[in-house]
Amino acid sequence: MIISVMVTGSPVSQQSAQTALSFCQAALTAGHQIYRVFFYEDAVQLGSALNVAPQDERNLNAAWSEFVKQYELDAVICVASALKRGILDDGEASRYQKPAANLAEGFDISGLGQWVDACLNSDRVVSFGA
Amino acid sequence: MKTLTFLSRHAPFGTSNAKACLDMVLASAVFEQQVNYIFMDEGVWQLVRGHEPAGIHAKNTMAALQALELYGVENIFALEESLTERNLSLAHLQIPVRLCTRAEMSSLIQTSDVVTAL
Repeated sequence: MIISVMVTGSPVSQQSAQTALSFCQAALTAGHQIYRVFFYEDAVQLGSALNVAPQDERNLNAAWSEFVKQYELDAVICVASALKRGILDDGEASRYQKPAANLAEGFDISGLGQWVDACLNSDRVVSFGA
Repeated sequence: MKTLTFLSRHAPFGTSNAKACLDMVLASAVFEQQVNYIFMDEGVWQLVRGHEPAGIHAKNTMAALQALELYGVENIFALEESLTERNLSLAHLQIPVRLCTRAEMSSLIQTSDVVTAL
């Protein structure tokens, strides 16, 4: 089955981003295909390469970044949600004259159209965090 | 074309959920999908006319509900029991909506390809 996943919950104050990661890992293990993961609202914080997790806690940003790189997944951060929360790639940092970009490896910044496209091209779209 | 159903369950101000849901609805409409937009629970407050959020330094995002018709979003529903619980009626609302029961909402969900609750 072709699956897309939308994550909306904050990675630091809600469990949903970890649940979504576990779901994606289980889906791939079971032989399903992941068409796209779309990060919306507070979940775009997962795209920051600058978060620091306490030593005895899991760094969920790093775990997601490693996961999408390992499986070469299409991981899209919603641009409207990202800009408001200070998640910027090089292009956006330069466009808005900000001092740095912080988008982690493995993620792309794009629009809600990518979510609609995921709906059109997937057998199931599963949301985490609402 | 797919049928995308949205359940908007949060009040218009206080959190960004209502705006996030509306943005998804508009994006889906731009891509010419069949959209069902259902307001339920606290979400029915989004439909009430006369919001003046300037007092809390918030943008009146619900003014954009007026644009749904232009975007071709015609299937707009309010869960009747959510309105009743809040002593609201169609006369309080800023756009025309269809009332639906929980059973009707269930069948809308069942006939949808994707359901998103925000």
